Amino acid sequence: MSVAVLTLIVLAGSYVAGLVGSLTGLGGGVVIIPLLTLLLNVNIHYAIGASLISVIATSSGSAAAYVKEGITNIRLGMFLEIATTIGAMAGAMLALHIQTSVIAVIFGVILIFSAFMSLKPKKEQIHPPKSQWAEKLKLNSSYPVNDQTVSYGVQNVGGGFFMMLFAGVISGLLGIGSGALKVVAMDGIMRIPFKVSTTTSNFMIGVTAAASAVVYLQRGYIDPGLSMPVVIGVLLGALTGSKILVKASSSKGLRWVFAVIVTFLAGQMIYNGLNHRI
Amino acid sequence: MKKISDLDIQQIIGWVLRLGVIISMSVVFIGGCFYWYRHSGETASYSKFVGVPDFVHSPSGIWNGILTLRGRAIIQAGIILLIATPVIRVLFSLIGFLLEKDWLYTAISLLVLGIIIASALTGHAG
Repeated sequence: MSVAVLTLIVLAGSYVAGLVGSLTGLGGGVVIIPLLTLLLNVNIHYAIGASLISVIATSSGSAAAYVKEGITNIRLGMFLEIATTIGAMAGAMLALHIQTSVIAVIFGVILIFSAFMSLKPKKEQIHPPKSQWAEKLKLNSSYPVNDQTVSYGVQNVGGGFFMMLFAGVISGLLGIGSGALKVVAMDGIMRIPFKVSTTTSNFMIGVTAAASAVVYLQRGYIDPGLSMPVVIGVLLGALTGSKILVKASSSKGLRWVFAVIVTFLAGQMIYNGLNHRI
Repeated sequence: MKKISDLDIQQIIGWVLRLGVIISMSVVFIGGCFYWYRHSGETASYSKFVGVPDFVHSPSGIWNGILTLRGRAIIQAGIILLIATPVIRVLFSLIGFLLEKDWLYTAISLLVLGIIIASALTGHAG
């Protein structure tokens, strides 16, 4: 395939990946990696490198908007970044040593889990402060809801921190934002409001990805010729997605369609991994 | 001078992130144009992992590549700027917490920066 044809196909595919990733809340990385490896026969290391770069672009871009609205809990984000960056560094090191087929299988499993998580209904929860650790670390905060300021407490700091360590490893190993795992840590374990956890998770993704990107960069996993159309395509797709999301109020049917597609892709990744075709 | 607040830090961080993405993506796009112009007719294959070309694998190689307008060197420089964006964001949070005299979070920001630097230094080992 010529550079011109490949660049155009990757650009178009990445645009779709960014769009779907943004509409479903799954992130562009989980869609672009199967696309590159299954359809275009790109080596999974190159695919992961390019995906990781696109993750930094989209998360930084949207975090810039969220942070100004004052919903993001910056202290909570900074504190948990200790866990995600340590995890990401370990994950990137691990990726250098385990077989690509094993990476493909792990990727498939995480992908199914993420698709499942994206279907779960989101409930806004507000809990009063009660954790001593949250108090000491100044994690309890407040956020604006319809011109009012709502205060919330953060619970189970240790459990959330541990889960973030795992989210970091997965992010570094697979080159994705692992937003679904971060939401488990913050919604499920630390019990913070959904809006805060989504924006704070997004805020952390860039730094987490940077911690593993520096390893990938030196190992030659980030190829400029491939990363260029991926990062431009995913970012433009994500921008389009955020514009559509503002207009469309409910997208439940859409989520189901995408969850089925993503689960199919995940199955393909696992199947190919088990047969050592990746 | 007015005391710096969390809200000011948030505004500054928002700008750092936005500027970082705009600048780095512009550099990637410009590099992409040069790459397209010089190589669009060649064959590309990514099915086997062989690393990256030497001239985009070292700071000096990238620098020389930029001076001779090699597309992939310019793209790689843009990618490095993009990776640096969230790291610079941590640096700005650090300065913000320092001005607020929030020593705990100054230390936490320093720790996160330290981990990223350690990760960068061990990139070749491991």
